[in-house]
Amino acid sequence: MTAVPDNSPGQRTRRRPSRLSRGFVVAVPYLWLLFFFLLPFLIVFKISFSQTAIAQPPYLPVIGLADLVSGGWTKLRQLTIDNYTWIAGDPLYVKAYLSSLRMAAISTALALLVGYPVAYGIARAPRSIRSLLVMLTILPFWTSFLIRVYAWIGILKNEGLLNQLLLWLGVIAQPLTILNTDVAIYIGIVYSYLPFMILPIYASLERMDHRLVEAANDLGCPPTRAFWAITFPLSLPGVLAGIFLVFIPAVGEFVIPDLLGGSSTLMIGKTLWDEFFSNRDWPVSSAVAVVLLMVLVIPIMIFQRLQARQEGAV
Amino acid sequence: MAAAPPKSLGNIRRSFEPWSDPAAKPLIEVDRVTKSFAGFKAVDDLSLAIHPREFHALLGPSGCGKSTLLRMLAGFETPTAGDIRLDGRSLTGVPPHRRPVNMMFQSYALFPHMSVEKNIAFGLKQDGMARSEIADRVAEMLKLVKLGPFAKRKPQQLSGGQQQRVALARSLAKRPKVLLLDEPLGALDKKLREETQFELMDLQQELGLTFVVVTHDQEEAMVMADRISVMRDGRIQQVATPAVIYEAPATRYVADFIGNVNILDGTVESVADGRVRIATDAGAVEVEGANGVRSADPVAFAIRPEKMRISRTPPERADVNALRGEIWDIAYLGDVTLYNVKLATGNVLRSTVINAHRGIADPLTWDETVWLSFPSDAGIVLTA
Repeated sequence: MTAVPDNSPGQRTRRRPSRLSRGFVVAVPYLWLLFFFLLPFLIVFKISFSQTAIAQPPYLPVIGLADLVSGGWTKLRQLTIDNYTWIAGDPLYVKAYLSSLRMAAISTALALLVGYPVAYGIARAPRSIRSLLVMLTILPFWTSFLIRVYAWIGILKNEGLLNQLLLWLGVIAQPLTILNTDVAIYIGIVYSYLPFMILPIYASLERMDHRLVEAANDLGCPPTRAFWAITFPLSLPGVLAGIFLVFIPAVGEFVIPDLLGGSSTLMIGKTLWDEFFSNRDWPVSSAVAVVLLMVLVIPIMIFQRLQARQEGAV
Repeated sequence: MAAAPPKSLGNIRRSFEPWSDPAAKPLIEVDRVTKSFAGFKAVDDLSLAIHPREFHALLGPSGCGKSTLLRMLAGFETPTAGDIRLDGRSLTGVPPHRRPVNMMFQSYALFPHMSVEKNIAFGLKQDGMARSEIADRVAEMLKLVKLGPFAKRKPQQLSGGQQQRVALARSLAKRPKVLLLDEPLGALDKKLREETQFELMDLQQELGLTFVVVTHDQEEAMVMADRISVMRDGRIQQVATPAVIYEAPATRYVADFIGNVNILDGTVESVADGRVRIATDAGAVEVEGANGVRSADPVAFAIRPEKMRISRTPPERADVNALRGEIWDIAYLGDVTLYNVKLATGNVLRSTVINAHRGIADPLTWDETVWLSFPSDAGIVLTA
């Protein structure tokens, strides 16, 4: 060290974050996905090619870490695609998939119809109460999801609150049968997932510059037409996010159809549950889960590819 | 009272001045309009007439109500009281999309999901114009603002200056009777702003439209406008041509807001032969042609820096319109040099000298004792 003080500015005061710490920041989410998504999925994926066995765990072959080092490769020959051919061959599964997709699609459409006006209303509300309104939409999350769905039984059953109200108002003469029908499932799904529709739409509407609508009005476009020409197209990213956030969990939904739906309701989540817990058939239920993932992921990937291409091309 | 303009003010001979013709019918009449927001009067009992083909600037600091007035013309705000008429017809209750008025927004408000072409065509489509006609008009507008090669681009792929021209083309496409411009050049850098000022003027001349521009930049208003309304606290302080605003400001506020000015407070000593003699704390001054003031009135004397001569030697008459002081600060700006001169009384006055020659043999320097002198028609008397 020299005795002359180094006065050159910013030489040692500000250091760039080291390579290690930057790498760490990036690595955390990847590690999370690796351990809590990819590894579990690989395990399920492997089980889906196994065979049922009366054992603990109830499938064969069981491949341990030891097998990977010392010649356990022969066990791999025991893996089969029988479970997939079984699923494809049994119309029950195909029907369950199709009916799940249909019910999720209808529920998502209903959630969009209810959620968009709510999101629009919040985004146009005075700034001072906006955050309060947003908080109110997520307030139901403070109570257990299960309890809230149970509460709907009390509302929807024949002698429930809804029927009592409608009878009292004189709208109907006979109680409506809603519980244990598909309608009850739609109500349950729309109710449960509505915040996931409202929040992304609200976010995109709130970010939008209201002057764009004013500019449209100024150019001779009446307010309703301006909504469809300007506001709606610009909120599409939020609408799409909301559709994905509602549709994907709704396809695999188990609790709502189980509690509110009837015995004839066929949804893949319920089939999966029965396969896993009633039949203790881990390999087939794993195969059902893998197919469900493919059914959802492949269209989403195609869609995102198309959207990226559309944005790239001008 | 404002000093009546003593002679032809400014260097421009104007053939266009419908506002001085009592028979001329204004295009826009703002009739005692007030706009209150929760008790605060953004625009306060304001009246204004704007004539066809006029380039009118609403000038003032932020919060003076100029933007609110513009938004009322466009229809985005409704007057709390008063009426706005266009071509003699009241605009009260007419929604923005039915007004023959278009606006260019400060942020441009270009539709981000539409190409340049579609942005320009948007207003025409609303009118149900035929497809081929729209295409022709869009091509014409693109040519007007020199953006032909960018027709298919999205707004965010353009530079700030290009976006500004798209916004202009879009607001002009419908051939509005009046174009409202809200700080149209505010987002451009200085060089581009100066060029665009002249382009806007040429465009307005060429198309024969009426422009109302809101700006806080006095130079911008001076360059472009036929007339300027200087606003403050929701009211108009003065409406006049740039030259009158500069040479004969109606109030102290206007004098101070537009350009640089030296102001000396004082009292009227005598009024004779259209000459007013004022005793200021810095010395006696004499002014020509100040009507309406009487002896002992408290007034202010205002004089622009470029109208004061600075010299080492005392002027011929040193008893009036001559002030002695010391050079306090010098700022060399290239085209001009500013001298801040501190008088014995403590007042600091500014004098501007044009650098007409390259280099002076013996330039003035700091701490020198100098004389500031001016003819009696150089300054004016302000009473408000």
